[in-house]
Amino acid sequence: MTRFLDFLALIGRSLLSTCQSLGGVALFALAGLSHVVRPHFPFRQFGRHLVEIGYFSLPVVALTALFTGMVLALQSFTGFSRFNAESAIASVVVLSVTRELGPVLAGLMVAGRIGAAMAAEIGTMRVTDQIDALTTLSTDPMKYLVAPRLLAAMVAMPFLVIVADILGVFGGFLVGTVKLGFVPQLYLVRTFDVLQTMDVVSGLVKAAVFGFLIALMGTWCGYNSKGGAQGVGQATTRAVVASSILILALDYVITEAFFSR
Amino acid sequence: MTPFDQEAERSVKQQAGAVPKIRLRGLKKRFGGKVVLDGVDLDVRAGHSMVILGGSGSGKSVTIKCILGLIQPDEGLIEIDGKDVSSMSPEERAAILDRTGMLFQNGALFDSLPVWENVCFKLLAQRRITRAAARDKAAEVLAQVGLAASVGDLSPSELSGGMQKRVALARAVAAQPDIIFFDEPTTGLDPIMGAVIDGLIVDCVKKLGATAFSITHDMASARRIGDDAAMIHKGRIVWSGPAASLGDTGNAMVDQFARGEREGPIQMELRK
Repeated sequence: MTRFLDFLALIGRSLLSTCQSLGGVALFALAGLSHVVRPHFPFRQFGRHLVEIGYFSLPVVALTALFTGMVLALQSFTGFSRFNAESAIASVVVLSVTRELGPVLAGLMVAGRIGAAMAAEIGTMRVTDQIDALTTLSTDPMKYLVAPRLLAAMVAMPFLVIVADILGVFGGFLVGTVKLGFVPQLYLVRTFDVLQTMDVVSGLVKAAVFGFLIALMGTWCGYNSKGGAQGVGQATTRAVVASSILILALDYVITEAFFSR
Repeated sequence: MTPFDQEAERSVKQQAGAVPKIRLRGLKKRFGGKVVLDGVDLDVRAGHSMVILGGSGSGKSVTIKCILGLIQPDEGLIEIDGKDVSSMSPEERAAILDRTGMLFQNGALFDSLPVWENVCFKLLAQRRITRAAARDKAAEVLAQVGLAASVGDLSPSELSGGMQKRVALARAVAAQPDIIFFDEPTTGLDPIMGAVIDGLIVDCVKKLGATAFSITHDMASARRIGDDAAMIHKGRIVWSGPAASLGDTGNAMVDQFARGEREGPIQMELRK
């Protein structure tokens, strides 16, 4: 009986701890976002993070999208040729890339690159008293550290996804025309025939949401890190894992919202 | 008595030196089961330099963080200029921080900013100065702490420990605060650099006419920068008096601490 009660207590503690964390993240997000619309938004910090997230993530996102589009065309050809459906490759590539692969892969790449960097930078600031120093220097850390990162990630991610969409489709086009022997004009006609505005828009909405999640997890984990170098390392790992899982979960939710009938 | 009369009386008392700049009464703080502050009572006179002595883990840093509002105490009263900070609105609290400076133990300089922007961070945050003027102001304040204007363009990671402490001191005094907190200002420095930093602290505090609140376990530093001193042990103030009398206070704990003796009333706590 005692073991059963201990087991129940363990479940209860875990549940309460999860609720506490969720509530903490929600309040943290609200506090961060509230500073976006309050006076004296730190535009200099916002610009710095916009460049860091948008510009410096371009190579990794571009290469990922390009090769994914190429592989997708190649694999689709292998499968579709068994059913004489090679003509569908252009459609499959463009829809997969714009609706799913562009935003999700860009999100995962940015989570690995930027989410980790945010958690490490803010975590180091926490354990070296720099966040306390901000408070004593008449600066709200939420306003200076969190709000500009949240906004910059939400703005930069859609631009990265546009680049990922273009290069992903281009990768498919490259393999389709050079290796698989498609006529370039015909490949492009089939690509644009099937593509609709909503396909791109849904991808961009996902990108903005993923950008928010990456910045939120990066700043939250960094802000609450403790225990020196080891704590900062754990915060970095938590930020990447949490944002990656949330990206995949929210991807399903947004897809349901846009395309389920 | 109306609030106006109370304010007027407080002002008169303060001018007469009756109201301490900082007043702590029964300050308590525990982290989990560990009691860190167990009823700290302390007065810091306006325009004076108070040094708090104590061993590692005795609650010195927590006391400062409670006064600054970085940690919420569990119980007790904190008054600044006779006003209870716990009853202040966020705006009043921010106004107190606006006229406060703090030198952190490890400097806590912002790695992502050059030295000049670190020094003038508060002035820029309060919009009291433009970025162009901030460079000149930073050069002026850096000169006060014995650093060349060219240091302003360096990153904090390019500076030695002593230079980082000087920059941190420059940042603490740049906005001309009337209360300055120093958290172990000489820790990690060689004795000569420690003496240099102490000299700079005394000069800066006197020049500003500020009230200084320092914590240290460096006795030489305490004698150099303090007018008054107090010793904290196990979360309580066990002695207070003039800093000049340190080492010959007649209090066994303070004298053991000042002489660095192994035997005495203060015993190293062994974790069981």
